[in-house]
Amino acid sequence: MALNDEQIMLKDMAAGWVKDTMPTTAARALYGAPDGIGHAPDAWAEMAAMGWTGIIVPEAHGGSDFGFRSLGLVLEELGRTLAPSPLLSSALAVSALRLAGDAAQQARWLPGLADGSVIGTLAVDEGPRHAPLATALTATPVGGGWRLDGIKRPVQDGMAAHLAIVVARVADGGADDLALFAVPCDVAGLTRDPLDQVDARVPAIYRFDGVEVGPDSRLVGGTAMVDALLDRARAGLSAEMLGMMTQAFETTLEYLKTRVQFGQLIGSFQALQHRAADMFAELQLTRSAVEAALSAVDADADDLPTRASLAKALAGESLHRISRQMVQLHGGIGMTHEHDAGLYLRRAGVAEQCYGNAAFHRERWGRLNGF
Amino acid sequence: MADHDSTALQDFRQEVRSWLAENFPAELKGVDGTIYQSNVHTAAADPTYQLWRERFASVGWGVPTWPVRYGGAGLGTEEAVIIGEELARAGAFNPIRSFGVMMLGPTLLEYGTEEQKQTHLPYIADHTRRWCQGFSEPGAGSDLASLQTKCTDMGDHWLVSGQKIWTSGADQADWCFCLVRTDTSRKQGGISFLLIDMKSPGVEARPIVLISGVTHFCEVFFTDVKVPKENLVGEVNGGWTVAKRLLQFERDSLSGVRSGLGSLAPLAHQYVGTDAEGRIADSDLRGRMIHNAMRASAYAATLERFRDEAGEGRGPSNGVSVLKNLWSGIAQERAELEVEILGSQGLGWGDDSYADEERAITRHWLHSKAYSIYGGSYEVQNNITAKRSLGLPDA
Repeated sequence: MALNDEQIMLKDMAAGWVKDTMPTTAARALYGAPDGIGHAPDAWAEMAAMGWTGIIVPEAHGGSDFGFRSLGLVLEELGRTLAPSPLLSSALAVSALRLAGDAAQQARWLPGLADGSVIGTLAVDEGPRHAPLATALTATPVGGGWRLDGIKRPVQDGMAAHLAIVVARVADGGADDLALFAVPCDVAGLTRDPLDQVDARVPAIYRFDGVEVGPDSRLVGGTAMVDALLDRARAGLSAEMLGMMTQAFETTLEYLKTRVQFGQLIGSFQALQHRAADMFAELQLTRSAVEAALSAVDADADDLPTRASLAKALAGESLHRISRQMVQLHGGIGMTHEHDAGLYLRRAGVAEQCYGNAAFHRERWGRLNGF
Repeated sequence: MADHDSTALQDFRQEVRSWLAENFPAELKGVDGTIYQSNVHTAAADPTYQLWRERFASVGWGVPTWPVRYGGAGLGTEEAVIIGEELARAGAFNPIRSFGVMMLGPTLLEYGTEEQKQTHLPYIADHTRRWCQGFSEPGAGSDLASLQTKCTDMGDHWLVSGQKIWTSGADQADWCFCLVRTDTSRKQGGISFLLIDMKSPGVEARPIVLISGVTHFCEVFFTDVKVPKENLVGEVNGGWTVAKRLLQFERDSLSGVRSGLGSLAPLAHQYVGTDAEGRIADSDLRGRMIHNAMRASAYAATLERFRDEAGEGRGPSNGVSVLKNLWSGIAQERAELEVEILGSQGLGWGDDSYADEERAITRHWLHSKAYSIYGGSYEVQNNITAKRSLGLPDA
């Protein structure tokens, strides 16, 4: 579906800002920063001032309500330079409150999320593989409220977040026994530690040790609601991955047009031309799948699960292929820390795993479609 | 896209629906229309098909976007899409599909003289004149521009001698649009685009039997064939430009052939069986089927996206080479999966031992190998993408 004028303006603005303010050197500066939180607070403040933190927040709560497709445009541009920011994580907290929050919960959190003073995140995974249905963190009713016990890891942007949307198993839930809780990250009994992973982000391990929260922290809905929220995470992350692979491809293409060996530009070799053409074709398939998933969120489409899994699976496969080819086609220079290829490779590894890898989503898509 | 129809489009949809209800012969409902396209004798011998063709041609809907004066309906792309959707809804088919409609017509609209348009387009529009494409030669396949069919200017006519190959339907065609060499000193710059009446003395078409057992393609021999001067399209030695445009129309139509890509899951349930949880029993095959189906789904979204981005009436772009390679790869993989699902039942030839549906899958598997060869091979498409879309340098 074609972009409207506002979306074209937003995309242009994001492209310009990312290029000027958040080039890959910005991500590079965050590597190994002591006590880092995985993003640059100054840049976050600018993003908030431009209204990006409120893109999917209703106008009544201080946002612009531009929709997920618009958010995807910004995420795609940020992905191009690997710009680290908690924009997606925070937007997922917004989605949770919009989908499953009551008026009081929305009034409490949405204005802060909209103006960027509150950073949100989604605490879903508990181990090395994405397996939301295997959630072990428990929520036990105590004195009208709930007690949370268990571990979440990795929590994306977990060291920066003020609000965590926590996926928990409710003891009395039966088959539909997952639930969502909105938990302030400074709550008593919650300790968090950074995970020093290969990219510039800083996810966290969250330990819930008898964390007591009030009845007003529970959002409505069960397992289906968790799925609906995760599909937004998958669509949004796919948009970031689309931006990453687009830039990785363009940077590599530029190298093919400038690098000379055997007395000629290496981009004149048919073997490399065809590899580039094949990657370009994969990029086209992926773009279509990602845009369709983002639009499906806005349309509240019944086939969102299918589309989100299609997008995340293709984004995972294509980013995998293109990021690896970026290193290969750059040869020795691509292996150096000085060159950006390694940064794309490292971030690709993380993004591929996050919210379900390609195999997870092929299996899910197959199940949803009768295979 | 029905939810986006404006009031005018909704009215048009209603008009098409009512017209089809009145005019589409009920006997043809659910019939595969391609049987009439591929066999002129079947088409000629079936009065119901002829009735349907005449009715459809009378409203110009076989070529809805062409001007009315050339037999079209003068409609926009959105209306054309609606006609296609309503045909599918009614279980009907477009009886006017042909190489003339897909390739020559759009090319003549861009490059033909007014006289050429009037002489040929109305007969493409009502499907009373069949065309074939005389491009490839025994020594000019992927390297099409090396073609050698000789065309000499004899003053008041052209004289053509040479051989073409892989000419689809040449034995059933009335006319041939042909690339010929008018200058041997330049490669691309010595090619001209000529329209040749297949009934001319000196033209002979011989069918070629393919691995799938069908005789879709022909060799065509031209021996001192006289062609009127006015049958040249474009400039003398300017035929390569016309041909490149025509090939874009061809790839566009080939990459749009995605109908019938329904799920293979039911076939696998039948032949492979299911496990206790209802999944296809062979988990490795299942995984590859899922992957192929996902790519087909993303391909359908890509076709839609390219169409949206191209906008109204712009015709195909360089992107068709990308689409053609994606489609041929996905469709070939699907054909391989179908045969794998059928196991030994997918390898029958004679009609006594295997069901018709099984043999159709086998033949289609063999035929599908042509997808990455015809209309410009996989390799040629990637050359085009590398140069025109990606701007990579020549060797």
